[in-house]
Amino acid sequence: MSMLSIRGIGKHFGGLQVLHDVSIEVPGGAIFALIGPNGAGKTTVFNLVTGLLRPSAGAISFQGQELAGIAPHKITRLGIARTFQNIRIFPDMTLLQNVMVGRHHLTNYSGLAALFATPSFREVERRSRERALELLSWVKLDHKAESTADNLSYGEQRKLEFARALATEPKLLLLDEPVAGMNPSEKAVLMEEIRNIRDRGYGVFLIEHDMRFVMNLCDRVAVLNFGRIIAEGAPDEIRNSPEVIEAYLGRGDEAEVLP
Amino acid sequence: MEAFADFWATYSTLIFTVGIHALLALSLWLTLSCGLLSLANAAFMGIGAYTAALLTLHLHWPFPMVLAAGALAPAAVALVIGAPTLRLSGVYLAMATLAFGEVTRILVLNLDITGGPEGLNGIPLLTTWWHIVLILAAAGYALARLRRSRMGRAFEAIREDEVAARMMGIDVEGHKLAAFTLGAVLAGLAGALNAHSTFFISPREYGFENAVDILTMTILGGISSLIGPVLGATILTLLPELLRFLHAYRLAVNGLILIGVVLFLPTGLWDSRRLRHLLRAWRARREGQP
Repeated sequence: MSMLSIRGIGKHFGGLQVLHDVSIEVPGGAIFALIGPNGAGKTTVFNLVTGLLRPSAGAISFQGQELAGIAPHKITRLGIARTFQNIRIFPDMTLLQNVMVGRHHLTNYSGLAALFATPSFREVERRSRERALELLSWVKLDHKAESTADNLSYGEQRKLEFARALATEPKLLLLDEPVAGMNPSEKAVLMEEIRNIRDRGYGVFLIEHDMRFVMNLCDRVAVLNFGRIIAEGAPDEIRNSPEVIEAYLGRGDEAEVLP
Repeated sequence: MEAFADFWATYSTLIFTVGIHALLALSLWLTLSCGLLSLANAAFMGIGAYTAALLTLHLHWPFPMVLAAGALAPAAVALVIGAPTLRLSGVYLAMATLAFGEVTRILVLNLDITGGPEGLNGIPLLTTWWHIVLILAAAGYALARLRRSRMGRAFEAIREDEVAARMMGIDVEGHKLAAFTLGAVLAGLAGALNAHSTFFISPREYGFENAVDILTMTILGGISSLIGPVLGATILTLLPELLRFLHAYRLAVNGLILIGVVLFLPTGLWDSRRLRHLLRAWRARREGQP
């Protein structure tokens, strides 16, 4: 059974129809990619799933629960976490604090317990800190836990965002162009991290341009073009699909018209 | 001993004012820590001052209860006006809270129970120096604890990136309302203490100018830690007195100093990050010299 079920969603901004009747079934415990040219509407799909936008039509459910009308922070608490295409870390906070923010809804104590630093408060904080350090070590940033996030390189910031998303203890991780702007060796490292995460039992749903990256990494791929799903299947099927080749490269007969 | 008595007689009002301003600056620090540029805290102070003064004058409540009411009344108002206004951000929130401040001032100016433009007279001087010290210390402690808790981290996350904070499972609206309301509690306390240390209050003391003064103290001191606002409040309260020897030029020089600080230390006088860097550089240089 699929983990995330997107059924016939449409989205328009005023007169601009961005998505038409998009249906996607994202399985759990696998890496699923949504690919497509610039402006196809991929990020809009993420914004609809995480509740930042409301669909104009259709419905989305996660593990059988309908997400319509649920506030974004509550959707996160259900087990969907995301990263952003344009990295959105908390620059003035330390790496440790960044990741601990992700554990917000998992650190439960009263205001009074925090005020008087009771033993239960300290225990919860200590566990939260340990888990945050563990997640930082997954992405190999634990040695920088106490420096502020704005000191990180671009690739490191992406990895921090990754660890922070995992800190919410999601079941499904949404990655918006995780390798954008990275060099080939950084991409290879991140690909390995994403595989590790899948092998730890997380579902991964990612958006990407980079075809080679997607084809090597993903278990299943859907292609979005001009707001419509034009193909879905295993990477090999997608690679050979005429519609996909057309969407990415243009039509063959057009090339023949050229002198 | 006599020298101290003389000193106290001359400067006790000034010292009280420093403490009350420090409390106000901390109240705004709390609101700013969640990224809310609010100019409502002067009005919250006024609501606290009038509530407390009226309860003392008419109902003769004991002082601790008066202080509690002075803190809770503006908090209740903050809860009501916060829900619609906190959806605004940046300068739009500043404008909305500014308008709220003016409405409050004009209301106080025209109501009978608040004494209109004449204000309230003959408020018993119940505030002692240790009330101020105790409340300031308690507020400082509570805020320091808050910074190290999930709520403090959530405030900071919201200030740095609201959308990312939301995606981390943080109830952004709820936390903004909490920061705004807790700021009102501290401002109200400052107002209640102020009313019982000055004998007389009037609407003039809680208007736009004071809102800007509170903001200046907090920003001048720096919002990266709790020391900044207290330092800013102390300096801005004492500076005009220290410059008294300049007579007519006093306020002009005061203004020039402020402009200088803002130009050359844009993150405030007390920036914990900058100080850490300076300390590290100083240590490195000392170790470099045999």
